[in-house]
Amino acid sequence: MDTKKMAIIATKGTLDWAYPPFILASTAAALGYETQIFFTFYGLQLVRKDLSVLKVSPLGNPGMPMKMPFGPKWFKSINWNMPNAIQSLIPGYESVATALMKQTIANNGVATIPDLRELCQEAEVKFIACQMTVELFGFEHSDFIDGLEYGGAATFFEFAGETDICLFI
Amino acid sequence: MNFDKELDARGLNCPLPILRAKKALAEVASGQVLKILSTDPGSVKDFAAFAKQTGNELLSTAEAGGEFTFFMKKK
Repeated sequence: MDTKKMAIIATKGTLDWAYPPFILASTAAALGYETQIFFTFYGLQLVRKDLSVLKVSPLGNPGMPMKMPFGPKWFKSINWNMPNAIQSLIPGYESVATALMKQTIANNGVATIPDLRELCQEAEVKFIACQMTVELFGFEHSDFIDGLEYGGAATFFEFAGETDICLFI
Repeated sequence: MNFDKELDARGLNCPLPILRAKKALAEVASGQVLKILSTDPGSVKDFAAFAKQTGNELLSTAEAGGEFTFFMKKK
């Protein structure tokens, strides 16, 4: 049987959206898929050496529950969503939301993004960074982890054209 | 049931139980049995799907008090 293949385009640079590409890629690799992720636009943040740049923003995100990761059960079940106009006025709102999200992630036995990324690399998931957006955003190759390849759309299609599953995230 | 290696994936959530199982299976020989403990309710379907796609045989699945026990035989 031929090896199955999966390609993902990762375009989002927030803590929450960092999960789908790394979860799917690491799982695909465990299932025996040859897997590749093409990081472009804000997705480049996912291959930075410093992942502390990843934040989650409740602003303009009505689907995101704002719940506390500590306290008794009744307290944890309260949804603290508030209007965008108020959120945007509170200094450090995103940083607090990010800290709470990280605590929730830890409480639920969900892997951290640095761990999942490392698991992908151990499983030989190939990472390709979009050279055009690296330049567009003024990044240097030294901003990114080792083991990245740099290429463009044609590089992506070379592999994506042969895949069984191809996702845009 | 007899087993050759045990993996404690309790407290871990998707996709970690599968990833750890994959790693643990790499450390046993073909035909040997891996016992996996998990508390992730999603892992019941996930281990069945993992077995189907990788060719490793899921010998049994059991649940007791919110804890799942799987026995998987390496291909």
